[in-house]
Amino acid sequence: MSSIGQIPGTPIPPSRRLLTNRAFLSVCLASTTLAVAVLCALIISVAVDGWGSLSWDFLDSFASRKPEKAGIKAALFGSLWVVATCALTAIPIGVGTAVYLEEFAPKNRVTRFIQLNITNLAGVPSIVYGIIGLTAFSRMFGVFRLDEPVTLGNSETFWFLQFPFGPSVLAAGLTLMLVILPVMIVSSQEALRSVPATLRQGSLAMGATTWQTVWRLTLPAAIPTIITGTILAISRAIGEAAPLLVVGAALLIFRTPENLMSSFTVLPLQIFNWAGRPQAGFHAIAAAAIIVQLVLLILFNGTAVALRLRLQKPLQ
Amino acid sequence: MSPSDQTSLSHAARRGRLVPRRSRLRSEAIVRKTLFGTALLSVGTTGAIIVVLALEAISFFALPDHPEISLVGFATGTEWSPLLGAEPKFGVLPLVCGTLLITGIAALVALPIGLVTSVFLSEYAPGWLRTPVKAILELLAGVPTVVYGFFALTFITPDILQRVSRWVTGDEVFGTYNALSAGIAVGIMILPIICSLSEDALRAVPRSLRDGAYALGGTKFDTSVRVVLPAALSGIVAAFLLAVTRAIGETMIVALAAGSVPSLTLDPASQSQTMTGYMVQIFLGDAPAGGVEYQSAYAVAATLFLITLVLAWVGGLVLRRFREEYE
Repeated sequence: MSSIGQIPGTPIPPSRRLLTNRAFLSVCLASTTLAVAVLCALIISVAVDGWGSLSWDFLDSFASRKPEKAGIKAALFGSLWVVATCALTAIPIGVGTAVYLEEFAPKNRVTRFIQLNITNLAGVPSIVYGIIGLTAFSRMFGVFRLDEPVTLGNSETFWFLQFPFGPSVLAAGLTLMLVILPVMIVSSQEALRSVPATLRQGSLAMGATTWQTVWRLTLPAAIPTIITGTILAISRAIGEAAPLLVVGAALLIFRTPENLMSSFTVLPLQIFNWAGRPQAGFHAIAAAAIIVQLVLLILFNGTAVALRLRLQKPLQ
Repeated sequence: MSPSDQTSLSHAARRGRLVPRRSRLRSEAIVRKTLFGTALLSVGTTGAIIVVLALEAISFFALPDHPEISLVGFATGTEWSPLLGAEPKFGVLPLVCGTLLITGIAALVALPIGLVTSVFLSEYAPGWLRTPVKAILELLAGVPTVVYGFFALTFITPDILQRVSRWVTGDEVFGTYNALSAGIAVGIMILPIICSLSEDALRAVPRSLRDGAYALGGTKFDTSVRVVLPAALSGIVAAFLLAVTRAIGETMIVALAAGSVPSLTLDPASQSQTMTGYMVQIFLGDAPAGGVEYQSAYAVAATLFLITLVLAWVGGLVLRRFREEYE
């Protein structure tokens, strides 16, 4: 593709076609500029609204009825707890499923069914996952009584559990796990698929079992790509609000989570809550919270890129 | 790796000296079963979605206190007023109409811009321009949807729609909440999906097709729009359907910017409630758990799930039916 426009050396087409060619190029440039301009408008309008409210106190205060005193401490810690729970459960299950489908599964009907099922799950709206989270994790299908939960362990400790989970960090994290699992599985599968087959064949020819091959060769070779996919999936979890709203996030909360059974709120829901109020003061702190959220996301994705560049070793 | 390869390999190994120890084989079997278990979890999720939605929706239609609620009345009713007064009406069409209106606006915004931008990125743009534009699109794809909702509410409506309408008609056409701003924001949200997936489809078209078009004297426009674009059509349609599915299920934008008045209208300046918007209203605590309004949210969720399922199925069909294979 040497020059934009006409290819040198071809017979000159009628002028109308050249004109169309030129016109289309302008349309292309205009539409691309528009797409870029939208992002600029988004960032500038949020920055203008929220810059004045950003301060250390804003990060270190709890919610309040007065916008000038409100902060995002509870939401920040809540997001951290929920996303950590989500990542710790989604990574082993997602990578495990991908390894099974790529390396172990026989090519039969069951495998095809599981694969089709995962593809379809990726299209399910996240709020529907919220309903499943509410039923399966928060209420546990009504097996236990909500007013008299069965407790396990000491409520002062981190591993304190109660059944049903109720509107807790654990229920929220598991719900987000369901949301990001299809994405995680598909991207990990692609990562495994890109590992050259010769590597596996060599290992198997040496007498290694399938699992030894996977654990010592295929997985290490695929890790950089898997990490990228995982981070993209988790950054989606960081921004997700709808399912957690259904699971039952607390809207006004004045402490940070202490264990997996604590009630929680997350940053996107705090933004939603403030943005939905009519007063301009709350809009300003919603914008400030958005700035924090976007900075977190950029830091997170930046780490992903850096990590991938460090880990990536050329194969072959 | 198929299991038959695996067994023949270990047979071969057993005859020679490199016999895998029995424990090794046993742990191999344990690992295989564990991994199969994790794979089954996703099937379990689908099962749970279907069972929960079906059971709760059935219990909505079979509520003893509300014999007037029926499946037919739900699917064909033109009035949705569950929270008002003594006689709530549950006809889902206004909510479906709201969802279609906002998805339609989003598609009108995102499809032309997304398609043209992807043609530009794949066929025209030199590398130094392509990389930063793609990075910006990736950034747009990573922005949480609640941020787009805020953008619609505090920028698109007051600074663009209201200003323009005041200037054109001299009148306040747009209220604080309207379908158009939410639709535009959803369109911006799905734009990166359409762009990047369509660009992948366009780049997958083999170079020989382009060379052939140039050799016949085609301009860049002829080549990219009349040759490459049709060749990539199945991928582009699939990308578009995926984006529409996302738009239909989008929740936070419509909950913030579209308002909460379900109405059977296609007027973009009016308030409009979508299926997802209604679910947010209910689960945020407008209705007591177990009541008729609360149960109605499950019936709406089941409708939403069915619609996305049909779209996924159509997408798969399009991909299989219209795929052009090139050697």
